[in-house]
Amino acid sequence: MEGTTVLGRLTWQPAEVTGLVAETHRTKTIAFDVPGWAGHHAGQHVDVRLTAEDGYQAERSYSIASPPDGTRVELTVVRIADGEVSPYLTDDLQPGDQIELRGPIGGYFVWEPSLGGPLLLVAGGSGVAPLMAMIRLRAAAGSDVSSRLLLSSRGWDDIIYREELERLNGNGLTVVHTLTMSQPPGWTGYARRVDAEMLAEVSPGPAERPLVYICGPTPFVEAAAQALVDLGHEPQAIKTERFGPTGS
Amino acid sequence: MDELMLDGNAVAGMLGQVFTAEMTTATMTCGKCGMVGAVGAMHVFRGAGIVMRCPHCDNVVAKIVEAGSRIWMNFGGMQALEITL
Repeated sequence: MEGTTVLGRLTWQPAEVTGLVAETHRTKTIAFDVPGWAGHHAGQHVDVRLTAEDGYQAERSYSIASPPDGTRVELTVVRIADGEVSPYLTDDLQPGDQIELRGPIGGYFVWEPSLGGPLLLVAGGSGVAPLMAMIRLRAAAGSDVSSRLLLSSRGWDDIIYREELERLNGNGLTVVHTLTMSQPPGWTGYARRVDAEMLAEVSPGPAERPLVYICGPTPFVEAAAQALVDLGHEPQAIKTERFGPTGS
Repeated sequence: MDELMLDGNAVAGMLGQVFTAEMTTATMTCGKCGMVGAVGAMHVFRGAGIVMRCPHCDNVVAKIVEAGSRIWMNFGGMQALEITL
């Protein structure tokens, strides 16, 4: 996208933890203050670097979940039980702690209100994070761009940002959940993995030329993108971001 | 399909340390099939180093290894890397 050029090379910057919020039993949102942060676009990500006392370093990439807001950057992290980085981020970090961030990164998987819509956002699990930045920006900017979010989660209690999404639902935004592994009593929504039939029901038709953003684990992204191409959507209009083991 | 596959978004931060431009929107022309695609859309595999493959024909377009303060880049599989300054 034009206008996202980063002036100069990216460098590691110190970031101080300012707050932590539990989103689900294994997901936390961590808010950072990054002095000198030049701002970001919805959909961009950062690299996180941790340095141990013996000098060992580990890096991971995380999407930014917050819309542009001064020097504030929020990341939503899923705790991977045998992960090298995520248990530290979700269990050990406290307000006032410092880590290093490099970013913002990305001009491909980004959206801003001037790009218009309709928007089709498809997320698997914590893949909702960069799409949430877009939804929050849309709300903050007072945009009424027709938008649909299809969010696949394991169960009701695994839905990240569930209450906020309930509040934001409406005013042109339609939030649709599918719960793949367990459903609460009386659940009448989707209860299976995202497939072509579901996408056809939820999506604007190809003739409406939606801007499509898909984020999630690689198999999820591959399946959803292929299904949308098969339904007649233009491959160029489908932006994807995959996360895999680096998300650990 | 390889479940461990990532995409070019995952290496853009590292590339951004070397190039002074936003790198996910830079375009690579595959040296084998000639497809032109955004770096962000390339298929990426991470092991001891990084292998970037063409999403159309699977040709290895780039190999990158970071070691401490040094970085080694082989762009032998691409015809061109176009960067917007």
